[in-house]
Amino acid sequence: MDEHRVRTLYRVAAALLALLALTVGLSYLDLGSAGFAIALAVAAVKAMLVGWFFMELEEGVPAVWFMAGAALVWLGLLVSGTLADLFTRL
Amino acid sequence: MEKTENYLNDEVTVSSWLLTTDHKRIALLYLMSVTFFFLVGAFAALLMRLELLVPNGGLVQAETYNKLFTMHGVTMVFFFLIPSIPAVLGNFLIPMMVGAKDMAFPRLNLASWYVFMAGGLFGLASMILGGVDTGWTFYAPYSSVYSNTHVITMAVGIIIAGFSSIMTGLNFIVTIHRLRAPGLTWMRLPLFVWSLYATSIIFILGTPVLAMALVLIALERVFGFGVFDPALGGDPLLFQHLFWFYSHPAVYIMILPSMGVVSEIVPCFARKRIFGYAFVAASSLAIALIGFLVWGHHMFVSGQSLYAGMAFSLLSYMVAIPSAVKVFNWTATLHKGRIYLRTPMLYALGFIGLFTIGGLTGLVLAAMGLDAHVHDTYFIIAHFHYIMVGGALMGYLGGMHFWWPKITGKLYPEFWGRISAGLVFLGFNLTFFPQFLLGYLGMPRRYYHYPPEFQTLNVLSTAGASILGVGYLVPLLYLLWSLKWGADAGPNPWRATGLEWTTSSPPPKENYRVTPEVDEEPYAYDAETEAAL
Amino acid sequence: MSAEAADSPFTDPVQQREAARIGMWAFLGTEVMFFGALFLTYFYDRHLYPDGWVAASKHTDLLLGSLNTGLLLVSSLTMALAVEAAKARRPDAAAKRLLATMGMGAVFLVFKGLEYAEHIRDGLWPGESFHFEPASLSRPGELFYYLYFTMTGLHALHMLAGVVWLSALVIASRRGAARGFDTHVEVAGLYWHFIDVVWIFLFPMFYLVRGH
Repeated sequence: MDEHRVRTLYRVAAALLALLALTVGLSYLDLGSAGFAIALAVAAVKAMLVGWFFMELEEGVPAVWFMAGAALVWLGLLVSGTLADLFTRL
Repeated sequence: MEKTENYLNDEVTVSSWLLTTDHKRIALLYLMSVTFFFLVGAFAALLMRLELLVPNGGLVQAETYNKLFTMHGVTMVFFFLIPSIPAVLGNFLIPMMVGAKDMAFPRLNLASWYVFMAGGLFGLASMILGGVDTGWTFYAPYSSVYSNTHVITMAVGIIIAGFSSIMTGLNFIVTIHRLRAPGLTWMRLPLFVWSLYATSIIFILGTPVLAMALVLIALERVFGFGVFDPALGGDPLLFQHLFWFYSHPAVYIMILPSMGVVSEIVPCFARKRIFGYAFVAASSLAIALIGFLVWGHHMFVSGQSLYAGMAFSLLSYMVAIPSAVKVFNWTATLHKGRIYLRTPMLYALGFIGLFTIGGLTGLVLAAMGLDAHVHDTYFIIAHFHYIMVGGALMGYLGGMHFWWPKITGKLYPEFWGRISAGLVFLGFNLTFFPQFLLGYLGMPRRYYHYPPEFQTLNVLSTAGASILGVGYLVPLLYLLWSLKWGADAGPNPWRATGLEWTTSSPPPKENYRVTPEVDEEPYAYDAETEAAL
Repeated sequence: MSAEAADSPFTDPVQQREAARIGMWAFLGTEVMFFGALFLTYFYDRHLYPDGWVAASKHTDLLLGSLNTGLLLVSSLTMALAVEAAKARRPDAAAKRLLATMGMGAVFLVFKGLEYAEHIRDGLWPGESFHFEPASLSRPGELFYYLYFTMTGLHALHMLAGVVWLSALVIASRRGAARGFDTHVEVAGLYWHFIDVVWIFLFPMFYLVRGH
C-alpha cells in the first residue's frame, strides 16, 4: 500500500475529529446567532476534507470534478432562487 | 432477398427481448411503451375537446373533466414526452453515434425500462381506480390535504418513472464520456449527442427534486403533518418552488432532444455542413443551465416576492438567447443549401416554425404585467403546446422518420409521409392557434363549461384536433405497414454522414463489426454527397 | 456493472474503472439534489421560525449525536483504508477494514434508534400527540421534528443500504482479488463517504442550533 497516502488518511481523520470537538465545544459558548453560522462553516470544512482526500477529488479527474461541481452549482441554484423569494417578501 | 444477421433476427424468443441488454432492443421496448402511453393521453385529450365543442357540454361531469386534464397532462408529460426521444432514439443512437458496442451499463439500461413500466403501472392504476383531480401540477395544499382522489398512487408512479429517467441520464453521461470511438473528440460529436448530454444533466440533477416534492406531498397526506399546509405552519409556495425547479427544466428535457434531432436532419436535407457547430453545441449546455434559473416565472401571481419575480422575469428573457442561436444557425444552414423536402425535413421545418412561435409567446409570458393578464388562461395552454407538441413531438416524429430505415431496415412510403407531416402541421395550428386568442380574450384553463361567445374558436380548435388525430394515426399505420411491405432501405438511404449510417440496416447486434475510427468533423456534406441524394 | 459480463461494452479495465467512478459521481449528484430539496425546506422553515428552531434543537441528544458523528468520521477512515488495501490487491486486509466500517455503521444505526425511542417517549413525534415546551412554539417545534425524523430517517436508510452493500463486498472478497473487485470497493467507498458528508451537515443543523 501507498504509505504516504495512508499517513495522509490518518491525518485527515485526526483533523476531522478535532473539528468535531471544536464545533461541539463552541456550542457551549454563547455566540448568539453567529454560533449556528460558525457550526455550518465548520461542517463545510469537514465536508471539503472528506471530499478532497477520502473521495480523491485531489486526483483531479476532469469528469469527476465536472460532476461534483455541477451538483454544487445546481444545489446553489435551488437554494438561492427559493430563498431569494422568501427573504425579499414584503 | 437474403437475410443478413442483425439485432432483430439474432434471437427471436420472448425472453430474448425481455432480458435483452442490447440498447437497440431496449429502445424498441421503450418505443412500444411510450406509444401506448401516448394513446392513453391522446384519448383523454379527445374527450376534453369533445366536451368543449359546446359551451355547456354534457359529455362529462365537472369532476370527470378535472380527472381528464390531469390524466392527459401526467401521461403526456411524465410517461410520453420526457422518455420519448431520450429513451427511444437516444437509447438506439447514442452508442451507435459514439461508435460503441453498447451503453456503459447495459443491465442498468434494461433495469431502467422495467422501472419505467413499474411507474407507468402505478400511473395507470391510479387512473383506473378513479383518477386524480389535481392537475399535473399537484399544487399543495389541495393535493396534500383536500383532494380525495388517488394522489399518492399517481405520485408514486411519477417518482418511480423519475428514477428510470435518472438511470437513463446516468448511462448517457458515462457512455458519452468513456465510450467514444478512437478519434471521436468532443468537437466531432454529432449535435444529437450534445443535446442528449445536456438533457441527461437535467435528468440527474432536476428529477430528484421533483421526487422529493412528491414524497413530501405523500407524507403530508398520510401523516397529516407537513411543510406545505399553512394550517400546519407550512408554506404552499415552497411546493411551487420545488415543483417548478424540476418541471420548468422538464420542458427543456422535451425540447433539447428535439433540437438535437433537427440539428441532424437539417444539414442532411440541405446537403450542407451545420452553420456554427460550436455555438449549437454550447447552446444546448447553456439551455440546460439557464433553464434552471427561470422557474419563478410560473409564480408571478402566486404571492412570490416582487423582487424575485423581477429577477426571474429577466432571467427568463435570457433563455431566449441560446434558443435563438439554434434557430438562426439552422436557418443559416438552409441558406444556399440544396434543399430536399423529404418527410423528416418537413417535420424539422415545422419544428423550427412552431418552436419559434412557442418561444416568442414565452417572452410574452415572461413579462410580469402581461402574465398577470393571461395567467391560467388558454394563452398558456397554447404557448406550451407550441413548445411541447409543435416542438418536442414534431422533432420526435421527424426523428422517427429519419432513423426508421436504420432501426427497421425498411423504407416507408414517402408520399404518405409527406401527407402526415402536412396533416400534423395543419391540424396542430388549427387546434392551438385559436387557443392563443381564447386566452387573450380571457377564457380560463381547466373549466368544462365556458361562456357562449367563445364557442366559434373552440369549435375551430376541436376541428383542428380531429385533423391532428388523423395526422398521428396515418404514420402509425404506414410505419407498421412498412415493416412487412416496405422496400429495403440499405445502409444509408439519405446519403447522410454520421457513424450510424456506415453500418448495415438494421444494425448487427454489436453495431459495428470493426470498431470505427473517426478522422473528421460531423456533417461533412459536400458536392459529391449532394449529387448522390 | 460487473466486469465478467460477456456483453460488457468496455475494451480495457482502466476505461471500466473510470466509467464506474464517473457513474457513481453522477449518481451522487442525484443524491445531492434529493437531499438538497430537504435541506432547502429546512432553511426555508428556519427562516420562518428562528425561535422555534432554537427551542426545538435543545431537545436533541447532543451526546449521542456527537458520538455518532465521531463514529461516522472514523468509519470513513477505515473505508478509505479498505479502498487502499483493495487497490494493493490485498482482499483479506480490505475485508477486515470493510467489516470495521460496517460495524461502526451498525452501531451508528443502533444509537440512532435509541435516540428515536427517547424522542418518541418524550412526545416529539409530530402529529396529534406532539408535546413540546414552550407550548407557544409548538407548531414550529413540530415542523422541526418532522424534518428531523424525515432527514435523519432518509440518511439512516442510506446507511442501511451502505451496510448491506459492504457486506456483499466482504463476501466477494473471499473469492480473492477478482477482476473489478478494487473498482467495486472504490465505488462503494465514494457512496459511504457521501453519506458521511450528509451527516456532517445534519449534525449542526439539528444538534447545534443556537442564537436568539
